Amino acid sequence: MRRRWIAPSAIVWLVVASAFFLIPLIATFLFSLQSLQTNKCCTSAAYSLIIHSHQFWHTIRLSFVLALETIAISLLLFVPTVYWVHLRVPRFRPVLGFMALVPFVVPPIILVVGLLNLYKGAPSWFYDKPYGFLATAYVILAFPYMFFSLDAGFRAIDVHTLTEASQNLGASWRTTLVRVILPNIRVAALGGSFLTLAIVMGEFTIASLSTFQTFPTYIQFVNETQPYEAAALSLLSFLIVWAAMLALLFVGRGRPRPVQVAATR
Amino acid sequence: MLPFLAYALAFLFVPAGEVIVGAFKNAHGHATTEHIRQIVHQPYRQQYWLSIKVSLITAGLGCLFGLAIAYAAIREGTPRVVRTVVTTFSGVAANFAGIPLAFAWIATLGTIGIVTKFIHDHLGYDIYGHGFTIFGERGVELVYLYFQIPLMILVIAPAIDGLRREWREAASNLGANSWQYWRHVGIPVLMPSFLGAFILLFGNSFSAYATAYGLAANGIALIPITIGFYYSGNVLSDPHLAQALAFGMFAVLAVMMLIYVPLQRRSARWMR
Repeated sequence: MRRRWIAPSAIVWLVVASAFFLIPLIATFLFSLQSLQTNKCCTSAAYSLIIHSHQFWHTIRLSFVLALETIAISLLLFVPTVYWVHLRVPRFRPVLGFMALVPFVVPPIILVVGLLNLYKGAPSWFYDKPYGFLATAYVILAFPYMFFSLDAGFRAIDVHTLTEASQNLGASWRTTLVRVILPNIRVAALGGSFLTLAIVMGEFTIASLSTFQTFPTYIQFVNETQPYEAAALSLLSFLIVWAAMLALLFVGRGRPRPVQVAATR
Repeated sequence: MLPFLAYALAFLFVPAGEVIVGAFKNAHGHATTEHIRQIVHQPYRQQYWLSIKVSLITAGLGCLFGLAIAYAAIREGTPRVVRTVVTTFSGVAANFAGIPLAFAWIATLGTIGIVTKFIHDHLGYDIYGHGFTIFGERGVELVYLYFQIPLMILVIAPAIDGLRREWREAASNLGANSWQYWRHVGIPVLMPSFLGAFILLFGNSFSAYATAYGLAANGIALIPITIGFYYSGNVLSDPHLAQALAFGMFAVLAVMMLIYVPLQRRSARWMR
C-alpha cells in the first residue's frame, strides 16, 4: 500500500492553503506600494516615510528594549525556579505546570483590567512608565512559554548528576547555576526568549488599554491617517515574527520541537 | 522559587482575584450581584453569544481545515520538504496576529483592498455591493482563521505522526478497507487530540482582542471589545461593570480549561 507519489487530494489542499495564506501577504505588499496621491502602484513612498519617521524609530526601539527587559526578568525569575523544582521539589512540578495554564484563563484583556485597578495608586515610576508597568505584565504573558520551554530543557538533562559533580568540585550554588546548568539549558532558554521577543513586539491589548505608545499601537495610530504606511508596517511586523521563529528553529535544530505559539491576539 | 511565587501572586493571581471580587461590588464598594445579573441581560447577553459563536465557528473550521492541511502535508507520498515548509510557516502565521494581521486583511479585502479591486476590475463583481464586509462578523471570522488554522496544524501534527504506519498495515492485513481503518483506528486515536485542539482554538479566539479591534474598532460587539471600550474611554461610570464582564469571560475560559486538561492527558497517551 505504499504510496510513491503525492496524493491528488493532498495537492488540492496544499494549493488552497497556499492561496489563503499567501494572498493576504502579497496583497499587503502591493497595497503598501500604492501612492497616496494617485492610489496607483508603484512607489516606495510609504517605506521612505516610515524610515524617516521619528515616531517609528522611537516606538520600535521602545518595544525592542521592552522585549529585552521582559526576557531578562523572565530568565532571572524562571531559570532558578524551574531548576530548584527539578532538583529539590519535583512534587511541585505539576503545580507549576498548572500555574502556567492560568494565563490562558486570564487573557491579556482580563489581566489588564485587574492590573490597572490594582496598581492605580502605585508610584509613577512604576505605573506611568512602560519599563515598569508594561514589562511587568509582559513577564506574566511570557510565563507559560518560558516555563514549558525551560521545563522541557531541564527534563532533557540530568540535573542531579550535574549539580553533584559541580558541588563536589567545590562550586557554589551561583557558579553551578551560571557555569554548569545554564550552558546545558541554553537552547531552551533561547527558545523561550525568541518567543517572548515575538510576543512583546506584537502585544497590543495591554499597551493600548494602559495608553502606552509601543510599536503595535503606533501601527494602529498610523493607520488612522496613512493606510499605505500601515500596510508597510504590518509587513515589517510579519518579518519580525519570521525572524524570531527562524531563530527559534535555528537554535533548536535537531532537537525535539520547541513550543512555537505565543502570540497575544 | 519564592521570588517567582511572590511575582506570580502580585501580578497574576491578585489582579485576577481583583477582577473576580470587583465583579461582585457596586460603585460604593459594597457586595452585590447587581453587575453579574446585568451581564446576563441585553445587550451583554447578545455580545457573549456573538463571542461564543465566532469562537465556535472559527474553532470548528480551523480544526477541519487545519487537520486536512496537516494530513496533506504529512501523509505518505508528500515530499518531506513540504512538511517542513508547512510547519515552519504555521509557526510564523500562528504568531502573526493582532493589529498587523487585521491591517494585512484590510489591505487585501477592505473597501479599497487589492483583492477587492481585482475582483471588481477584472471579474466585474462588487463584493461590497453584495453584502460582504471584512469589518463585520464574517470578516472577523475569516481573519481569525489565519491564525486558527496554523495553530491547529501545529497542535495536530504530532498526533498525526502518532498514527503509525504499522497500524494501517495491520488493519489492511486483517482485511480492513480504508474507511474501516479510519472508523476503527484513525479517528478514535485522533479524537482526544482533535477535541483538545478544538477547545484550545475556542479559547484562543474567545480571548482575542487586538485583531478584532484592528479590524472593526468598536464596530463589532464582541465581549473583549466591549471591555476594552469601557476602559479606553476613561469615562467609565462604574468600573465594576467591566470587571463583571471580564468575570464572565473568565468563567467561560475556566470551564474550557476544565475540559481541556483531562483531554490533554488522554491524548498524550499515543504520543510517546
